[in-house]
Amino acid sequence: MATSSVLDSLSAAMPGVSLVDAPSADGMPSILVDRGELVEVCSTLRDHPALQFALFVDATIADLAPATPRFHAVYHLACLGAAFMQSAGPAEARRLRLKVLVPDEDPRLPSLTPVYPAAGWPEREMYDLFGVTFDDHPDLRRILMPDDWEGYPLRKDYPVQIRKETSGWEPLQVTAEEFAASLRAAREPGRRPPGAS
Amino acid sequence: MPDFEIPILTTTVEKAVQWARRSAIWPVTFGLACCAIEMMAMSCGRYDIARFGAEVFRGSPRQSDLMIVAGRLSRKMAPVLRRVYDQMPEPKWVISMGACASCGGVFDNYAIVQGCDQIVPIDVFVPGCPPRPESLIYGIVQLQRKIKNSRMSA
Amino acid sequence: MPGFLPILIMIGLGVGFAGGNIVLSQFLGPKRPSAEKSAPYECGMPAVGDARERQSVKFYLVAMIFLLFDIEVAFLYPWAAAFRTLGTTGFWQIVTFFGLLLTGYIYVWRKGAFDWSGERRR
Repeated sequence: MATSSVLDSLSAAMPGVSLVDAPSADGMPSILVDRGELVEVCSTLRDHPALQFALFVDATIADLAPATPRFHAVYHLACLGAAFMQSAGPAEARRLRLKVLVPDEDPRLPSLTPVYPAAGWPEREMYDLFGVTFDDHPDLRRILMPDDWEGYPLRKDYPVQIRKETSGWEPLQVTAEEFAASLRAAREPGRRPPGAS
Repeated sequence: MPDFEIPILTTTVEKAVQWARRSAIWPVTFGLACCAIEMMAMSCGRYDIARFGAEVFRGSPRQSDLMIVAGRLSRKMAPVLRRVYDQMPEPKWVISMGACASCGGVFDNYAIVQGCDQIVPIDVFVPGCPPRPESLIYGIVQLQRKIKNSRMSA
Repeated sequence: MPGFLPILIMIGLGVGFAGGNIVLSQFLGPKRPSAEKSAPYECGMPAVGDARERQSVKFYLVAMIFLLFDIEVAFLYPWAAAFRTLGTTGFWQIVTFFGLLLTGYIYVWRKGAFDWSGERRR
């Protein structure tokens, strides 16, 4: 019921886009979105007066290997109703779940940071733990694992009980230039180690 | 650099120094995870460690003698642990509090160091998940006993 | 004079205790300096850059102005204590003193030395 009202408003606002009602286990309105149209759909969700999903709640990925497509990116958005109005009148306060299918051969997604700046760090987390890269992300580097970690730990084929040498060493002092250079090196696009997937 | 030892040290002086060292062990705050809550409980009113001299948790390693590694140590945190340990002046001791600090605990995975004795030398291991405040106090008392039996130049 | 002897004893005991302990730890304490131990403390992370950064000049200005007006107040206290003996002449003298410093204060104020946000008005 709730999904259809969101879908109706969304389809009315974006006539060319194909949207599918996704199954959800908890009754939250869920929509399956094509990854090429993700940014446009999110812009409309945020700006349309009847929708006003201004709050980016969280984003994560479900790794469903060996099923294809392998990754389901899940985004949660919320409309705060009268508490946060961007247009003249309030929209109905509710939550929405967006699902995007990402194939294993091409694990890329467009970044939502132009639309929702709050998506910056959740996308870094998705990159760090699953290896999905985000186009046009302002600062795509690892966030939870150490910077020089190889591999993406939350993938289903990752050896969890891995034994590695732990180094307790770090340089005593770095100059400001070295520090900036290390940040830039961590942000290099395509920093995936060969054969990581 | 050889230690400066006065040849006329008597056992009385050594006993006095050991007493002074074990009666005022000041920990540095190194609470990492859940064990830190029990460490805080130990320092509060009911299980008071102020009566053992260890009431002041120093914010800086330079002013402390004891590092209680309270909680799971992740691989990313290991260099930080080592650096804070290095920056403590002698004499210093380390208590490994809880199962995760002692052996990795329930976390047998890529992210957690399986025992912080891979990074720093440990004097007392306190088992538990988390150890009760009384257990940790027992650990500190054991450390006091260890200091009592140690040579002064250690 | 005789009333100061207990205070001197107290100072001697305090300084003696503190100094004695410092000297004693030089002899009895272990000495193991190392590069890691003397590295600057930055919560366990490597220190970035050196600590010599440019500071804003407004701190210096505020310190200087504070010093001047603090000394002015320090002059006001003994005048207030001896107010009755100094009489009317003393009163007009202190008003002149205060007036000169007040002019300086207004000048500094209009020049923008108190403007913490640092917007240039010159």
